[in-house]
Amino acid sequence: MVVGKLVAGKVVPEGTDRAVDHLFHALADATRRDILRRSVRGELSVSRLAEAYPMSFAAVQKHVAVLERAGLVTKERRGREQLVRTDPDAVGRARQALDQLETTWRGRVDRMSGLLARDPDPGEGDPTRGRAR
Amino acid sequence: MSVTSVVKDFDRLTLTLVADFDAPIARVWRLWADPRQLERWWGPPSHPATVEEHDLTPGGGVTYFMTGPAGEKSRGWWRVTSVNPPTSLEFTDGFADRDGIPVADMPTTMVQVQLTEHDGGTRMVVRAVFESREQMEELVRMGATDVFVQTVGQMDALLAGDANSAP
Repeated sequence: MVVGKLVAGKVVPEGTDRAVDHLFHALADATRRDILRRSVRGELSVSRLAEAYPMSFAAVQKHVAVLERAGLVTKERRGREQLVRTDPDAVGRARQALDQLETTWRGRVDRMSGLLARDPDPGEGDPTRGRAR
Repeated sequence: MSVTSVVKDFDRLTLTLVADFDAPIARVWRLWADPRQLERWWGPPSHPATVEEHDLTPGGGVTYFMTGPAGEKSRGWWRVTSVNPPTSLEFTDGFADRDGIPVADMPTTMVQVQLTEHDGGTRMVVRAVFESREQMEELVRMGATDVFVQTVGQMDALLAGDANSAP
């Protein structure tokens, strides 16, 4: 299985195809990806989230349920509200952070390679470049 | 593939990445030293970087912002601690608020870059260290938006290459 680690350092155990299906399904929708971004601080309730989208409370609640099933968010009851939090699971936070950093830097190196290949010898350009402007 | 090796030290919160490029050191250095080059690789395609200030001298710095698909901007900064053109650079990279003020409780990483000649090309070693475990955990908790964005790109690639395989 190529999907060893996938989302925000979230490790999907190898071979658990159903979990991967849930994850892909959950992330395949723009609204759900947006809910993930909004819920990183865990301060929003389902009803607050619902205000952000041109759809019913029930529809947003359903989206949150899909994310929850995929293990991407947790819900926490506070008073009458349920707060939604994007929840990288507890595989080890250092591992997750370094996985993220690795993804970031691999992307950067790929782009550097692409630039070097496309543009092997850029002109000197504006001599003031490289300094504050 | 340019990335030759990646080593992660979970105790020291350190990522060490080695990459080999088929280009001379001076050319690779320009990827860092020319702000117009830097902004073409620093941010992911979905969040291209725009470099504003760029002063690679000790005590100098870089300010930049990355623009997301909806036009949202996230700002960042470098503070240069050591520079030795064209072979080494050391800086701290952090988040800034919308006014460009460094955000205290967001993680900073210390980045060391070394360029050496290797097999007629250039070997680049990047060492990145989270400076505080507490801040690093905050980053994890946030889920790092750009990782989601990159992940979606990776998913597209995976799906395209793996479309017919059984679930």
